Amino acid sequence: MSDEPLVLGIETSCDETGVGIVRGQTLLVDTVASSVDEHARFGGVVPEVASRAHLEAMVPTIERACRDAGVQLRDLDAISVTSGPGLAGALLVGVASAKALALALGKPLYGVNHLASHVAVDIVEHGPLPEPTMAMLVSGGHSSLLLVPDVTNDVRSLGSTMDDAAGEAFDKVARVLGLPFPGGPHVDRAARDGNRIAIDFPRGLTTGRDMERHRFDFSFSGLKTAVARWVETRHRAGESVPVADVAASFQEAVVDVLTRKALLACKEHDVDHLLIGGGVAANSRLRALAEERCAKAGVTLRVPRPGLCTDNGAMVAALGAQMVSKGRAPSDLGLPTDSSMPVTLVQA
Amino acid sequence: MLLLAIDTSTTAITVGLHDGSSVVAEETTLDARAHAEHLAPGIGAALDAVGAAPGDVTDVVVGIGPGPFTGLRVGIVTGRTFAFALGLPVRGLTSLDALAHRAWRDGHRGDLLVATDARRKEVYAAAYALDDDGAVRTAEPVVARAADLPSRLRALPCAGRGPSLYPEALPHAAGPLDVSGGALADLAVRRITGTAGGDTTAEGLQWVDPGRGFDGLEPLYLRRPDAAPAPPSKKSTLG
Ligand SMILES: [Zn+2]
Repeated sequence: MSDEPLVLGIETSCDETGVGIVRGQTLLVDTVASSVDEHARFGGVVPEVASRAHLEAMVPTIERACRDAGVQLRDLDAISVTSGPGLAGALLVGVASAKALALALGKPLYGVNHLASHVAVDIVEHGPLPEPTMAMLVSGGHSSLLLVPDVTNDVRSLGSTMDDAAGEAFDKVARVLGLPFPGGPHVDRAARDGNRIAIDFPRGLTTGRDMERHRFDFSFSGLKTAVARWVETRHRAGESVPVADVAASFQEAVVDVLTRKALLACKEHDVDHLLIGGGVAANSRLRALAEERCAKAGVTLRVPRPGLCTDNGAMVAALGAQMVSKGRAPSDLGLPTDSSMPVTLVQA
Repeated sequence: MLLLAIDTSTTAITVGLHDGSSVVAEETTLDARAHAEHLAPGIGAALDAVGAAPGDVTDVVVGIGPGPFTGLRVGIVTGRTFAFALGLPVRGLTSLDALAHRAWRDGHRGDLLVATDARRKEVYAAAYALDDDGAVRTAEPVVARAADLPSRLRALPCAGRGPSLYPEALPHAAGPLDVSGGALADLAVRRITGTAGGDTTAEGLQWVDPGRGFDGLEPLYLRRPDAAPAPPSKKSTLG
């Protein structure tokens, strides 16, 4: 037997019903039920559809996670759950379920921040986090640069997107190019056969005044509009659209800005570890360019495997286990959800 | 027997405990916006009130609505998860039936319309005939504007918050406003035993196998989801 805490984590902030079980820094199981197919025809996540799917998937997903991990609920040391940020109705299903588990089993409950969980998950993949770590989270819902002295209680926001999240830009450009939702993987695939310097798309917030006022912030809305306009111009002229080149050039504009600002943040804050998380971390060009630039700057790059980059329960369990290990007090059973929970608040 | 009843389909976040012969505890908080905050503490308080532990519960019943979706789901997922964690049988009951049963316990007899707040200028409604044996449903649950309900139903005495929201369409307010956990628990025990709380033997109470009890626990939504993606302002907070 191990003295390390056995923690079950529940994540329902968007369209994935995730349940993970972690012992200390070891991942035992990561079970995810996704309703992404139900949202595809709307071109985005429909909150009520997501909430209904969470309700149906919740108990079966807990059951499957326990069975696959060979864990009895009574052996758990704690329950952790995403209490924000996220879609309000979706969060409520997970939080109510986590409370019922904690109450029925007499176990402590930890309501934790979804973004800090994206950072903590790399502990079960690559071991303890150096303190501080620089973290860049890029997904369909968020793009932020975080300085993380202690993932259990000290997460500082250096910058975030002013408009669209990086993943959202991928979705919108995919639509312009006639590629399916979610756009990330499809744009990535299309870009493989394309020339990434074919079209010089704008790099948002990277020059002059912008670098003073929004040094570590991002903006992808102008880029998205530029791509749409470029494609429209070709259509009007009756010319075919070189999908691969547009995808590759767009993708390059996104990952160029992301990696440039992340490494600048590392340099200015004297941090030698960069962690990239969130669904967009699965992007092959982002990984390649980040590796190249980190190597050049002497920064160690950490990227969890793709399955742990997208939303999942393991990341919530991983952060919960850190909370228990560090002796943090549990949350109250009256814990509220907070759809706009600030990233600086690790525990509710 | 210790039956735990949970309902979050109305403004009341309500919990009841029934020992097979009577309601022994009830905890209710009126707050239409914070179901998840009050429910688990309410269950804890009800158990504390009778000196019971979660492990002492033998049956779980949840109100399956109809009711505003977000709050409704909190009660259903709480009941399902609590029962799963302890390996207990769990079953759902129509929340409007529980409201009618509450009126019956309060002494109401004769025809009764139950109309609760469905938001968006509509009500959830069903009709019942109450005699000394209990309340029998005579019109199935619907979601509609109060004024669009059949006039013979609108002419009935009406329980629920419908009359206070739409006094012109539903002029005959009568009976309780919200579901109570105690009434839901009492109705559940009567439905299990087929009596007024008589047969409390193990055989008489085995209604759903643990782990197989989720099929009869679907929420009564009565509305399709709005098919609009999340507004960007909300999405941008996601990770
Ligand atoms: Zn996320």
